[in-house]
Amino acid sequence: MSTAAVIAGSQGLWLVSRASGLALLILFSLVTVLGVAGRLGSAPRWMHRLAVTEVHRTLALFSVAFLGLHVLTALLDPYVSIGWVATVLPFLSGYRTLAIGLGTLAVDAFGAVLVTSLARARLGYRAWRAVHWLAYLAWPVAFLHSLTAGNDLGIWWVALIEWGCALAVGTAVIARLLRALRDPRHEMPGGSRRLSPREEMPGGSGGPWPRGEMPGGSGGSWRRASRAAR
Amino acid sequence: MIRPAPHLAAGARHAGWQEAGTLPRLLPAGFAAGPATLAEHRARYGPEPAPPRSHPDRLRLIGEVERAGLTGRGGAHFPTARKLAAVAAGPDPVVIANGTEGEPASAKDKILLARSPHLVLDGAAFAAGLIGAREAYLVVHHSVRDLVDEAVAERGRAGRVRFRVVTAADRFVAGEASAVVHWIERGVPAPLPRPPRLADQGLGGRPTLVQNVETLAHLAFIGRHGAGWFRALGTEAEPGTMLVTILGAVREPCVAEIAVGTPLQEVLGLAGGVSGPVQAVLLGGYSGHWAGPDALARPFSAAGLARLGASVGAGLIVALPTDVCGLAETARVARYLADESAGQCGPCLFGLDAVAGELARLADGHPASLATLHRWLGQVDGRGACAHPDGAVRMIASALRVFASEAEQHAQGWCCGTAGTPVLPVPPRRAR
Amino acid sequence: MSGLVLRVDPIACDGRGLCAEALPELITLDDWGFPVIQPGGVPAALAGEARETVRICPKLALRLDRGTDHG
Repeated sequence: MSTAAVIAGSQGLWLVSRASGLALLILFSLVTVLGVAGRLGSAPRWMHRLAVTEVHRTLALFSVAFLGLHVLTALLDPYVSIGWVATVLPFLSGYRTLAIGLGTLAVDAFGAVLVTSLARARLGYRAWRAVHWLAYLAWPVAFLHSLTAGNDLGIWWVALIEWGCALAVGTAVIARLLRALRDPRHEMPGGSRRLSPREEMPGGSGGPWPRGEMPGGSGGSWRRASRAAR
Repeated sequence: MIRPAPHLAAGARHAGWQEAGTLPRLLPAGFAAGPATLAEHRARYGPEPAPPRSHPDRLRLIGEVERAGLTGRGGAHFPTARKLAAVAAGPDPVVIANGTEGEPASAKDKILLARSPHLVLDGAAFAAGLIGAREAYLVVHHSVRDLVDEAVAERGRAGRVRFRVVTAADRFVAGEASAVVHWIERGVPAPLPRPPRLADQGLGGRPTLVQNVETLAHLAFIGRHGAGWFRALGTEAEPGTMLVTILGAVREPCVAEIAVGTPLQEVLGLAGGVSGPVQAVLLGGYSGHWAGPDALARPFSAAGLARLGASVGAGLIVALPTDVCGLAETARVARYLADESAGQCGPCLFGLDAVAGELARLADGHPASLATLHRWLGQVDGRGACAHPDGAVRMIASALRVFASEAEQHAQGWCCGTAGTPVLPVPPRRAR
Repeated sequence: MSGLVLRVDPIACDGRGLCAEALPELITLDDWGFPVIQPGGVPAALAGEARETVRICPKLALRLDRGTDHG
């Protein structure tokens, strides 16, 4: 194979890697926005909640294909040495350790969310939900990876896409936070409505009779009448 | 056929034997105010019922309970023998004596524990023997906690059952069987989802027998004297006696013991009779039914009240005087029931709140939509994890029936009630 | 009839409403957004959709039981 062909082949791989990375960022941001929007409580009429969650799920599964492409092309590229291990364990790459490491971290987090979501019925709601929180870690880490690992921010439309995604996700998350703060009751989260066992009713126990008194003629308090005699 | 209870003094002529057809059984009239000590208790009732010595013995005794026809006295009236058999089938069972009595107007369980704690302990120990349990929890109201602690201490280490006393939570739903288990396990007095059944998996995953304290007291008698003795009072279909709390337009509100099937008028007589004309009665509890004055002629039993669409429930009987507004009372109780929702299920949490709000509007004389009320009641009924919304719906629906003409008047701004003081006790609203 | 009954766990249910969108033939929402399931069991023709609906619930509050609906 001639040097030109090798270089051209490598250039090709690198291009696909960058392109798939960008596509992945768009997909990943869409998935996150849809996931957050689905929890905004009363969705507008035209945005069927079912459609939102189903598209969220479908896009997430779809992005796995792009993820595979992105990672594979980066690994196969002879000009950068990343190593297979670095695709699952972060910060082990020789090339741009931090930047690639962030990507690996994102893959790990996303992978955990994916696997638990596929096995959700078997895991139960609590376990699934706990792991799903990692999604809030996965996106910022992936975004940082895209800023540090790529060279293309100089291209105006790449930068536009990058900041557009950040804006979209940021807006969705802030809207979600505001909704949670303003209208917690609508959420009916099981945790916050739990009864507090330490809540005492003001004024003592229920019942028409004051503490220590009972109806029925015996009157008086309930302490043993025979206590003094014992 | 009831005879007036002869006042048995502590040294009765047959120590340990009580005539079958006489009252009272659970609430002895001869004691000084205050609980019976273990010695007094044994002097009056005799030694504790003998626990079964073998598995066939256990089955025989459960059969005796079945013949006695004892049903739960906590409100649901589930056949006790069937519960015993279901729990006895599992390994390492546990007994829970439920004295929570979350119903604010009912006092029978507190009185029983205050006067005859050892009867309840006898029953709990006997039940433990019947199902093969070594442990019994006693969940009691805080006002009787000390007394029960002392009674347990008196029994000491004698007997093979270990008692643990727990103070009950102060909530309406806290008395529900799975809520009691939840309370003991994790300090949360909220019902648990129903599969699995408590008889299979309850406290700590073990088969659990949750029984009202009054039921256990009756069980202690069956253990001592047998099924025939138990059936000597009450009706054929519903044998035995029960404790009732009598309030409202009566001269001496009290807790009394009656034979099941006693005419309601006679029951009110035990509380000194009515103190004035009665426009309606609330039967069973705050999850029970309102009935009109024609209920007074009915026998206080499930069969007797079925014709009115009512049931005996937890034995609450409140006579509503004519000068008190029934709708206002119902609205207050409805608001209480809505606030007491465990908040786990949407239809109960939001539905009861909506119904209570609409009822309050009606009680205040604003025009309220009865059609909306009925639709909401239909949407709440049966859609929670426990019977709390069902009970509230039942009570409110019966109020709308019994006070139908008052409702019409209220919708036009008129109210018939003149008395300022409310009749149904409702604890003050807690801060949220 | 398919011999299946669709049931909701009222404690787990948060009233998100996706089930009513997925299976409007059997599920409607009450005045507060919580599902009301038509009694009588799942018709055979809707069995597959019912399974999908169970999967879709974000709180895993729906389940399909074998048996008949006792109302």
